[in-house]
Parts: sequence; C-alpha cells; structure tokens
Amino acid sequence: MNLRDTLTLSFTTVVSYRMRSALIVLAMALGVAAVVVLTALGDGARMYVVGQFSSLGTNLVIVLPGRAETSGGFPGAALGQTPRDLTLEDARFVAQLPQVRRLAPLNVGVAELNSAGRLREVTVLGSTSDLLPIRHMKLAQGSFLARGSERSAQIVLGSALAQEFFPDGNAVGQRIRLGDSRFMVSGVLATQGESMGFNTDEIAIIPIDYAQELFNTSSLFRILVEARSRAAIEPAKAAIQHVLKLRHDGEEDVTVITQDAVLATFDRILRALTLGVAGIAAISLAVAGILVMNVMLVAVAQRTSEIGLLKAIGAPSADIRRLLFAEAVWLSLAGGAIGFALGHLGSFLIRVAYPQLPAWPPLWASAAGVATALITGILASLLPASRAARLDPVIALSGK
Amino acid sequence: MIRLSAITRVFRMGDQEIRALNGVDLDIASGEYVSIMGPSGSGKSTLLNVIGLLDRPDNGRYELDGHDVTGLSETEQAQVRREKIGFVFQSFHLVPRLTAAENIELPLILEGIDPAERKSRVDAVLDDFELRARANHRPSELSGGQRQRVAIARATILKPTALLADEPTGNLDHRTGAEVVALLEALHHTGTTLIVVTHDRELGARAHRHIAMRDGEIVEDDGQ
Repeated sequence: MNLRDTLTLSFTTVVSYRMRSALIVLAMALGVAAVVVLTALGDGARMYVVGQFSSLGTNLVIVLPGRAETSGGFPGAALGQTPRDLTLEDARFVAQLPQVRRLAPLNVGVAELNSAGRLREVTVLGSTSDLLPIRHMKLAQGSFLARGSERSAQIVLGSALAQEFFPDGNAVGQRIRLGDSRFMVSGVLATQGESMGFNTDEIAIIPIDYAQELFNTSSLFRILVEARSRAAIEPAKAAIQHVLKLRHDGEEDVTVITQDAVLATFDRILRALTLGVAGIAAISLAVAGILVMNVMLVAVAQRTSEIGLLKAIGAPSADIRRLLFAEAVWLSLAGGAIGFALGHLGSFLIRVAYPQLPAWPPLWASAAGVATALITGILASLLPASRAARLDPVIALSGK
Repeated sequence: MIRLSAITRVFRMGDQEIRALNGVDLDIASGEYVSIMGPSGSGKSTLLNVIGLLDRPDNGRYELDGHDVTGLSETEQAQVRREKIGFVFQSFHLVPRLTAAENIELPLILEGIDPAERKSRVDAVLDDFELRARANHRPSELSGGQRQRVAIARATILKPTALLADEPTGNLDHRTGAEVVALLEALHHTGTTLIVVTHDRELGARAHRHIAMRDGEIVEDDGQ
C-alpha cells in the first residue's frame, strides 16, 4: 500500500467514526489551547512588568538614602546614628561623573493645590528639567521646568489635575497656589496613566528647591541617574557608590540599584513561571495522549474482524501498523491545529479584555504545544498499532 | 499446484492438546473444484486456513505453485495471499464504513495500483457481478446475496489462482445461496481453483472432488 492510499484510507476511517474522533480531537485541542493560552498569560505578565520598568526610563540607576542590607544591618544603627542625608550637593557631584549622562534629584510629598475656589491634596514631585527625558514623560501643552529655573516658581500639572482645575483647557500661564506659594503653570503632562504605582496624571511637578522648602527638608528622596549607555550602568553604579562614600566620610550609607538588575530578576521569575504553567498544561496534553491510546485500543478491539479481513486479503502487518499510525497522526494533527487556533483566539480575547496585558503566545510555546500533541498522539498509537498488526487473522476473523 | 505433505496443526487449550490437523497429505491440481466436508471440529476450516496461508502448520510442508511457502516471512505470505488466493467467508466480512465499490477496491489499494486503473477495474467488476446500481451503498444497505457478491468480487479482483470459500452460503436463504454457488462455479469455469468448505450436503455434492474429514484427518477423498 502506498503512502497516499494509507493517508486516504485512514482519513476516511477517522471521519467515519465521527463521535469518537471528535472527542479525541477535542481533548487534544484543549491541551494545546491550554499550553498556548497559559504561556500567553505568563509571557504577557512578563512583558507587562518589563514594560512598566522600561517606562521608568532606560539605563536607569537609582540612588536612595540608607543602606539596604539583609545581613548585619546598618553599622551606624548600633551607635544611634541615622543614615546621612542624600543632598542636592551629593547629586551635583554625581552629575560630574563621566559615566553619567544626566540625573534628576527627586523629592516627593503631598500638598494642597488651590485655585479659583477648588482645593485638593496632590502628590508633588520636586525635580529638575532632566526628569522629563529620564522618566520618558511627555508634555501635552506648554513646557517642562526650564533648565536652570530652580528658583522660578513654575509648576507642571498632570493631565487629570489640569482638566480638574482648568476645565477650559487653558492651564498654561495660569497662576495656582500650592501650599503657601503661588506658582505659574508652565506645562501639562500628556496622559500616561499608572506607571509603577504612580499615576502621573494626578501629580504636580515643581522645581526641587521649592519642593525642599515646601516639605522643609534638605534630604532627597531619590536621585534618578541615566547612565551613558547600557554598558555604562555597572561602572556608573560603582562610581556613584565610590563618590558618595567619599562624601559621606567613608560610610556606605546609600543604596544604588540598577533597573537592569531588578528587571532581570523579574524577567527570570516570570519566565520560570511561564515555563511552569506551560508544563502543567503539557501534562493535560499527556493525558490527552493516554486518551488517544485508550480509544485506539478500543478501536482495535472493535475492528478485530476488519483487521483480520485486511490480513486475509493480503495486507502485511506493516500496512496495518501504518494505517493505525496514520489515524493517530490525523487525530493529533487536527487536535493540534484546532488547539492552536483556539489558543490564539483565547489569547486574543484576553488581550481584548485586558488591553494592558500583552498576552501574545510566544512562538516557542505554540510550536511546542502542537509538537507535543503530535508526539503524544503518535507515541500513544504505537502500542495499539502493533497490537493490531500482531493479531492472528484466524482468531480475528472468527470474531472470538 | 497445492501440495500438502504431513501437515500438522496443534492447538493447546489449557493442558489439552487438540490436533486440528494430524498429518494431512493433500494434492489439489490447478482448476479443480473441491468440497471439504466433515463435522464441526473435524479440522476442515483449519485446513482451508492453512491452504490460504492464514494459519501456519506446526509441522509439514506446503508447496504452492511449486514453491515451498511454509517458511516464508509474514510479509511474503501476505503477498502470496494477495496475489494467489481469494477468501470468501460465511459472514462476508465487508468493511462496514466503506461502500460496495470501495470494499472491492481494497485489494487493489493493498497491491499499490494507481487510482485511475483501480477505478476502471472496479467498474468492470461491478458490471460483471451486477452490482453497478449498488456501488455506492454501504454493506448495511445491501441484501445478504449482494453482500456475498461484493465479497466474491473483492476476493477475485486480483485474479487469484485459488478461491477458498468457507461456508459461502451459510448465512443465505436457499435461493440466494444457489445464486452465489452459481457465481462461484462460473468463476471455476474460467479456470480458478475452487475449494469449498461446507456442512451443506447438497452444495458439497456439486463439487467434482469430495473430501471428508474427521478428527484432523482426511477419511475420504474420491479424487485420489
């Protein structure tokens, strides 16, 4: 029997046992779809987290006061010392480092925003003109804090705040009271939404000097540093640690974190998670494979006399083995293809339901899902096929 | 063309040994019309299965057309079955999900003949066996006589030298049985060796040579 006839004959067999074939294909398809959808979810979560970090800025090095240490604790703590402040002067020294392209010192606090009878508490960021490029923020109107404008009373409003206080859309150039001082609105941020727990639509940004005055502090909350390149991130981190140690009398009392390290950790965790759920889904595929084996065994038992007849009219065992094998291939192919389609449909629906989650099934997962379906289906057919091929035609034909 | 010498076939059921064939010697020439009769368990079906290469003897030698076929591999035996032997069974053994034409086509598919030639050969056979109108019906939609005609058409489409029929009329009423017998005999007239195993004395008597079996041995053979 040639290959084409084997495929045709096994195909008609698969089609004629409609219910049985449909159930196997369904089991296979669900397994494959599970692999595709779950990896899409896992990878989507990974992409989401990576995206959130990237929106913070690229080649970012963050300096925060205090020493984050899991062992031993802060050495000064035993002597009743608090960690030294991180000051604007520190930031100025860091800015001189050759590995640093630019930096933005940051203070955060809450103050009352007040204009034309409206009053509400807002989160206030104090920073400099470089915050805009470092944090990848965009302006909808006007201009950001001007360079060297630390002493001019400018304020940049988040889009939601601008809409709230100046519903007519003419925020730029208007005066507004923040705490006890008056500010002039220089620009409005473009709508960006939530990013790492900060809703940039609801914040106000003022020059760093005003912010320190407003919150009555000389210590910075953070320094956001942008390294010159990806390769400069680690040298920049080391240089920052070195220069701040010198400035703080040899005390290592700042923590320098790189976004890369955090990102890599999240990336690893979420990749492992994706693999984990893919593995769980693959188990369901293996179960489907056992189902295929069971159904094929039943099929062989049901078709004993037919197999005996094929032998009587001159089919060698190899032909019979190939016929059953081809049936399994058809079933697994159909299951794999339908599962692939179902999985991609499922991922599409997830993307529609949760637009923030980039739930694209990774190519490897789709390929692995379909391949696992094929392999398990084919492996599962080997035993029934060889059992059929070994059937004694005399016994098979007598129907005992 | 069929030469069996000292063929023995033993079945074991528990600790009991059943000698289905006990040193059978038999020569059947090309073109003969032979009936094999005997009570149940006399070994007549086993003899037919051994002749049709469906069953392997435990001992003895089987020559078909001058070649020893006892020692052939499974695949080689399948090929001999395909090319030289046609089987007709009491219960027809048609594949239920294939149409009459597709059932007849099966041996051609196994032989690896290309589709265009298959179609013309099946068409010719459908006409010969007056099955044209039933070509696209499944076995469940055919009468017993039609089913057996399909089975005979299938058994003979590759022009075997020997046609082996095991109770070919066992599941048919008297009239259709007679039609089937007429068909088999017509094939015999074209030169095919016809070997019929039956309980039916009337059918057995129609053969030109009569073999009677009992307890795995040939007890009567009027052709010797």
